[in-house]
Amino acid sequence: MDYGLKPLGREKFWLWAMLTPTLIGLVFGALGSVIATIVLSFAKWDLLTSPTWAGLENYIDLFKDPKILLSLTNTVKFSALYVPGVVIISLLIAVLLNRKIRGLSLFRTAYFLPAVTSAVATALVWQMIYGRDTGILNFILARMGMQAVCWLCTGTAMYSVVIVNIWGAIGEGMIIFLAGLTAIPREYYEAAELDGANGTNQFFRITVPLITPSIFFMTLITTINAFQAYDYIYILTRRSQGDSSVPVMVFSIYRNAWNFFNYGGASAQAIELTVIVATLMAFYFWLERRYVVYE
Amino acid sequence: MTRQNQKLLLDSITYTLLILGAVLMVGPFLWMISTSFKLPGDQFTKTLIPPTFTLDNFRELFSVNLNFPLLFWNSAYISILITVGQLLTCAMAAFCFAVVRFKGRNILFTGLLLTMLIPPQVTLIPNFIIFKYLHLIGSSVPLWLPAFWGGAFGTFLLRQYFLTIPRDLVDAARVDGASLIQIFWKIYLPLGKPALAALAIFTFQGAWNDLLHPLVYMPSVPNTMLTVGLAFFQQQMTHGGKFTVLMSGALISILPLLLVFFFAQKQFIEGIAFSGVKR
Repeated sequence: MDYGLKPLGREKFWLWAMLTPTLIGLVFGALGSVIATIVLSFAKWDLLTSPTWAGLENYIDLFKDPKILLSLTNTVKFSALYVPGVVIISLLIAVLLNRKIRGLSLFRTAYFLPAVTSAVATALVWQMIYGRDTGILNFILARMGMQAVCWLCTGTAMYSVVIVNIWGAIGEGMIIFLAGLTAIPREYYEAAELDGANGTNQFFRITVPLITPSIFFMTLITTINAFQAYDYIYILTRRSQGDSSVPVMVFSIYRNAWNFFNYGGASAQAIELTVIVATLMAFYFWLERRYVVYE
Repeated sequence: MTRQNQKLLLDSITYTLLILGAVLMVGPFLWMISTSFKLPGDQFTKTLIPPTFTLDNFRELFSVNLNFPLLFWNSAYISILITVGQLLTCAMAAFCFAVVRFKGRNILFTGLLLTMLIPPQVTLIPNFIIFKYLHLIGSSVPLWLPAFWGGAFGTFLLRQYFLTIPRDLVDAARVDGASLIQIFWKIYLPLGKPALAALAIFTFQGAWNDLLHPLVYMPSVPNTMLTVGLAFFQQQMTHGGKFTVLMSGALISILPLLLVFFFAQKQFIEGIAFSGVKR
């Protein structure tokens, strides 16, 4: 609180003028939305007829409606595969790229490409690649003498979709880990070298502890992204009437609101999503205090 | 094993893994490019080089009942408006949080950071209802207007960068009688350019690639954004469609971002690295 310029005279006006858009966003955009969604979650409203009070009905549905329960288990399954996948693979790539190799910028560009481009556009190619009779993946499998796989059928689609989502996310993770790795002072490794520590030892005793802040940060944002995963899933698994072969929570919220006009139910689901993510974040910060090493 | 040999072995493993990975990352893009230049009859051939090279798919894009130029124009101006709104409002707020001393600064800033935890779905439902009552669904207003309300991520990113600008500059300017606005305009905006560029790229990319919001606010073709248009086009395609035309559409839709990426790769990558390290 003690750093900073003191606004003089009329500057106070300009200060609050500059903050006004953000304040509007905070009060109406964020706080207002949260309150409105909470209120809506106790109502039944299709926006055509007038809203009626629903009490706890929408919340009871969260635990009883098999469709909503399925979307919850799908989201949990998806996250359990996606988060470790993204964190581990992007850390591995960053460690490899950090080994003073040739063509670093070329590799970096290649790995970053999916993170730049629209998920909708790239998911369309993946749909072709995954094609059952016409796709290149099954063509390669056949060449190797293996059975064709129905990549986007119920059951397997979950894994196929996770693969594409990981493919789209490791570019960003790689950059974050690379930044963390280059920040580790070289002297640590030189000292370890003198003491005769081998590569494996150096990795687990120096690299891993000192990269924990980046691992923490990546796990945090990847978890948030996991609960928001939508675009690839929408393009790859969409069926008629807004259904999907891998209906995750975000999918289910959209469908409930904009296909079935059940805005109250969708609001309850949105609140459920918020509570789950917030609980996870709290758990992560508790872990951070115990295990993350800050220099 | 000697040290020399060990290094050689490690190097070959490193390069093998990296090249294999790079092929998996770039492969789908090559497939997209290849397919978009194939004849519809060759759409499922398994060669990377088109058996017969054609530009017909791109020509056909402009004749399908999709109004591709309109989709492209919508994506462009909406994304630019969102970027302008975010840069303007986030920079102003970030400057106040980083430089000025005022009552309630810490509480406000913490509150702003907390909004990052709110999933977009929570704001989407009430916003949709409000915009519906204002008869704005189907127009682009609900997409770009909220960008002028600031944002937690952009404000945070810029504030962190503004904090690295030496305070002596501010003190010296103050001694010379510079006002708050002048300090913002003449010191922080010019010196903050790298962070502003990074935020501009992130915001533009997010807006251009967004599917959920245009799906809710501009749900019907032809007057919508590229992402929704492509998804609609995909549905038409599945009934005896030409994947070659679909791929040419996908290719055109990612070109602007590829261009931005190749010209501003440094800002892109440093921006992500910065947001990951300086917390």
